Amino acid sequence: MATFLGINLFGLFGQLLVGLINGSFYALLSLGLAIIFGLLKIINFAQGALYMLGAFFAWMALNYMGINYWAALLFVPLAVGFIGILMERFLLRPIANEDHLYSLLLTFGLALILQGAFTHLYGSSGLSYAIPEELKGGNRLPFMYLPNYRAWIIVASIIVCAGTWYMIEKTKLGAYLRAGTENPQLMQAFGINVPLIVTLTFGFGVGLAGFAGVMAAPVYSVSPDMGSNMLIVVFAIVVIGGMGSIGGAILTGLGMGVVEGLTKYFYPEASTTVIFAVMVIVLLTKPAGLFGKEA
Amino acid sequence: MKPMKKSLLTAAVATAFAVSGAQAAGISDDKVKIGVLADMGGVYADICGKGCVTAVEMAVEDFGGTVLGKPIEVISADDQNKADIGSAKVREWVESEGVDAVNGLVASSVTGAVTKVLTDNKKIALISTSASHAFTTKACSPYNAHWTYNVVALANGTVKPMLDAGKKKWFFITADYAFGHALEKVASGVINSNGGEVVGAVRAPLGTTDFSSYVLQAQASGADVVALANAGADFVNSLKTAAEFGLTETADVAGLLVFTHNAKALDPNIAGGMKLTTGFYWDMDDETRAWSKRFKDRHGSIPAMGQAGAYSMTMHYLNAIKEAGTDDGDAVMAVMKKNKPNDFFARNAELRADGRMVHDMYQVRIKKAEERSNEDDIFAIEQVIPGDKAFGPMMDQCNFLANK
Repeated sequence: MATFLGINLFGLFGQLLVGLINGSFYALLSLGLAIIFGLLKIINFAQGALYMLGAFFAWMALNYMGINYWAALLFVPLAVGFIGILMERFLLRPIANEDHLYSLLLTFGLALILQGAFTHLYGSSGLSYAIPEELKGGNRLPFMYLPNYRAWIIVASIIVCAGTWYMIEKTKLGAYLRAGTENPQLMQAFGINVPLIVTLTFGFGVGLAGFAGVMAAPVYSVSPDMGSNMLIVVFAIVVIGGMGSIGGAILTGLGMGVVEGLTKYFYPEASTTVIFAVMVIVLLTKPAGLFGKEA
Repeated sequence: MKPMKKSLLTAAVATAFAVSGAQAAGISDDKVKIGVLADMGGVYADICGKGCVTAVEMAVEDFGGTVLGKPIEVISADDQNKADIGSAKVREWVESEGVDAVNGLVASSVTGAVTKVLTDNKKIALISTSASHAFTTKACSPYNAHWTYNVVALANGTVKPMLDAGKKKWFFITADYAFGHALEKVASGVINSNGGEVVGAVRAPLGTTDFSSYVLQAQASGADVVALANAGADFVNSLKTAAEFGLTETADVAGLLVFTHNAKALDPNIAGGMKLTTGFYWDMDDETRAWSKRFKDRHGSIPAMGQAGAYSMTMHYLNAIKEAGTDDGDAVMAVMKKNKPNDFFARNAELRADGRMVHDMYQVRIKKAEERSNEDDIFAIEQVIPGDKAFGPMMDQCNFLANK
């Protein structure tokens, strides 16, 4: 086997690829949060619980209604997004003018309620959701075995991330959105319905969490606390990427996946902390984040 | 509460005796109170939690609700898997609520803290679901009864038969905290002393979501067996990933601590065929089925091994009170160790001097999808491991035995 400086290169390539796969998953998750956190300035601590909801909805759709994975991939984000719209309209809007802490506490409470309700209903051990038939199996690459589903995660994540980035950064709708969050009064004066845009954007960001939940269901344990484990990491990624930068969140997600993957190879004990170490360094040297605009 | 003069007097006398250190005969506070401490809403809620409370309540009801003419009361609390919360609760229980024994007990860290409080107060710890073998070795106490299983039994039960079948090279994916380390250490000991070899290990932090990196490392090691020294969601996630990356085709994957509820959470196409060790399975014979059916009717799901254990040790404890004629910790424990427990759970059983309840363990195989007749049909019993083979001999690390 090829080695370089005593490191098994094949092993290293494998770890890099696995890191990229996880990174694309992080990118997908942080995208929704970056939109809500970065554009709407709402600290949505329920994002993890909504991701969990996406996975559970996929499971329920399959087991109660016979809706398969592909249909769930379409419908579950819509359902979760709709819940997000209700959340924004009836819970977050009344406190929109208060300090950011209020929305943080409200969404944190919501997350705990959702998590508790699902633990009560489905227990804490988790549920099983099989990989769809079409994506079972995998391919043997020279340096590792690549399961088809993991390849699909990369593809789906790139499509969704690129599409979202394009929509927000390059289309007229995206321009309205960015302008509406930057200067709501002015946009309203132009006859743009800013509250509606905010509601829809929140729904979209939350829908992305639901989408990620469906993507996760076949490979990770579908359990009530799957979201809380993920949330803090994803927040760190958004902070590293920089507030308000959609592209930043995507690239940072990918990058952090690789960093974490390499840590798992060289010093696994630190793998859950390495992202936070990076966050501390970034905040100390570049407080606005890697891709953020200096305030 | 309207105590009669006479019982008030008895209680006062009993308290005086207890305070003065003499052995108080009879039932303290005119009541036997059992506290059930467990994780009620967190990651371990399914394997003990409210199910342990139900099991203890069932035992009390089956016993008749009273012992020596005094009522038996069951109370419970959530320890949230935190040692400080658990030990504070138990201190409150024994010091101001008259709790005589604590049942349940899940996370080993909590149990470690709680057993200290109980030992200081000479109250009995009935440990149902904790895995660490410390409670009957390094951290043993004359007031500990460790019932269902421990890491030694898991390692002997799962590792030894695989070594005997010629699987010599082992790789560990270990949960990076006390429980995982203990399990890896004990299992490695069994491997090394039986001609096997540990070719590598990774320590994955608790709550790791993605195990693909570790699975690749395990694959690259060329091991015959990849042992998962973790539990709960970590176990489910790591096994799912192992199957996805084709590891289960090139090597055997051994789960060192698998509860029925975890096995149920796995796709039978992935987990089917995997061998593991358990202290109880609901579908062993008519006796276990009868009890488990009663449990399921009340609780809603089949019992985990610790829940069955919680019932069994409550029964043994109450019987011991009846025979000893008192709920005094020392006297009751003496009877518990003298009499052999024998019920649907405890087979060929004995509560050893070190507090370890030694009983038959079972090597089981997770059934494949086509073998299952219903959703609770999860394990097939492969072999019964006699208690002494599973738990091994008493170790000389237990100080209260040495000091005797």
